[in-house]
Order: sequence, then structure tokens, then C-alpha cells
Amino acid sequence: MADEALFLLLHNEMVAGLYRAAEQGEGENGRCTTKLESMGFRVGQGLIERFTKDTARFKDELDIMKFICKDFWTTVFKKQIDNLRTNHQYLAFTCGLIRGGLSNLGIKSIVTAEVSSMPACKFQVMIQKM
Amino acid sequence: EKESPQSFLNSELFTLTYGALVTQLCKDYENDEDVNKQLDKMGYNIGVRLIEDFLARSNVGRCHDFRETADVIAKIAFKMYLGITPSITNWSPGGDEFSLILENNPLVDFVELPDNHSSLIYSNLLCGVLRGALEMVSQRLLFQ
Repeated sequence: MADEALFLLLHNEMVAGLYRAAEQGEGENGRCTTKLESMGFRVGQGLIERFTKDTARFKDELDIMKFICKDFWTTVFKKQIDNLRTNHQYLAFTCGLIRGGLSNLGIKSIVTAEVSSMPACKFQVMIQKM
Repeated sequence: EKESPQSFLNSELFTLTYGALVTQLCKDYENDEDVNKQLDKMGYNIGVRLIEDFLARSNVGRCHDFRETADVIAKIAFKMYLGITPSITNWSPGGDEFSLILENNPLVDFVELPDNHSSLIYSNLLCGVLRGALEMVSQRLLFQ
């Protein structure tokens, strides 16, 4: 069991560390966001695999979205979401996490995040028909 | 003690995220030494902040000697944050050096290291965390 404070600090430091490295070397902010997003994607893939090990097969896309919004989200982020610093760089990892989870359930998507009034934050999931 | 699904997933989220971080660092840096260094640095920054959380939640007071410090690290801190209790061994005659042995390190679940990363110290973040945390309670230490 890992304590959630540890995850929060790791996430903070991951974002900070990537930006620090980019400042010293080449690369710009855009690449950091991409990196964070792809890390999230990989973690989302792994998590969903573990998470759906014992669940029944999903009927359709709506079923999958319900699962992502309810079970997946509340389990992973129930307490943590409030603690994340809500600006775009801190949300890249989370966007990737959702995209990775969906991807392994057979849904290709684009996930973006928007912060209009702190601390609320809106995730937009756009499903791409294949 | 049975783990709830919540803490089970929390732990996997942490382990997988750490794995993704190390993978990314291996892509960003040319050699393993640099990755180790970077992990230590990130760990240090985490430790510096983690100690506040630890002191606030654990009710541990000042340690009287280094043996007590070792005990607190192994039995309280590791238990609280990673759910494990490492064993303390290899005390130096002077009592200023010891080893923490992690029997089942949760960071390495699902991990397989490719052959070309033989000098990568996968869990080096932990060294940094301990260094950062202890420095904040005025102990300057060297970790390997």
C-alpha cells in the first residue's frame, strides 16, 4: 500500500522536474506537456488492465464512459483531484491517464482539460470513430 | 489486515506512475548515472516536503540517537508510506552507518529492466527522499 501523499508529491515533482530539465537544456513547454501526457497514457493503460480484470464485458461506449467516470475516476482520484494544482501542465498527466484507460477499452479519444474557475476543472473527452 | 480496493489501486497508481517516470528519464538522459542522479534529486525534493506530512501525522518526537532514527524510518515511515517494514542491518562499529533491506519493494512490481540498463538504480528516488527528509530534521547523511 502506498500512501496518497506520496503520489501527490511524486506527481508534483514529476511536473516540476520535467520543466526544470527543459529550462536547462533545449526543448520548450509544449514538449513537457506531451511527455507528461504520454506518461499518463502508459499508466492509464496499466491501471485499466488491472482494474477491469474481474468486471464483465462492457455493452457499448456509454457503458465504458460510465465506468470511467464512476468507478475508475472516483477510485483513483476521489481525494486526490482536489489537491492537484489546477493548471494545464498539472493536468496533462491526468488527460493521458484517461486517454490510456479508454484506449485499452477500445476507444480512441482526445482528452483535453480546461480550468475556467478554480478549483473546478473540466475534462473534455472526444471519441474518435475508427 | 486486508487491503481495501481503494488503497490497492492507489498503490498501483503510484507504482505505475513511478515506472513511467523512470522510463521517461531513461529516454531523456543518455546514461544511467544521469538518470540515477536525477532520481535522487527528485527524491530529495519530495523528502523535503514529505517530512512535514510525516511529523504532522506520526506524532514522533525528536530521536535521542541514530539507532532510534533508524527504527523510526523503518518501522514508522516506511510502514506509513509504502506499507512495508525494511529490516535494519549492517550497523557499523561506530554506530553511524546501517543498511535498510527491503524484502518486497513495492516500487518494482511489474518492472523488468532491459539488459542495457545494468547500472540503473531503479529505486534511487528512495535514497533522495530519505536524504531530503532527514536533512530537514538536521541530519546530514550519505545514501547509497
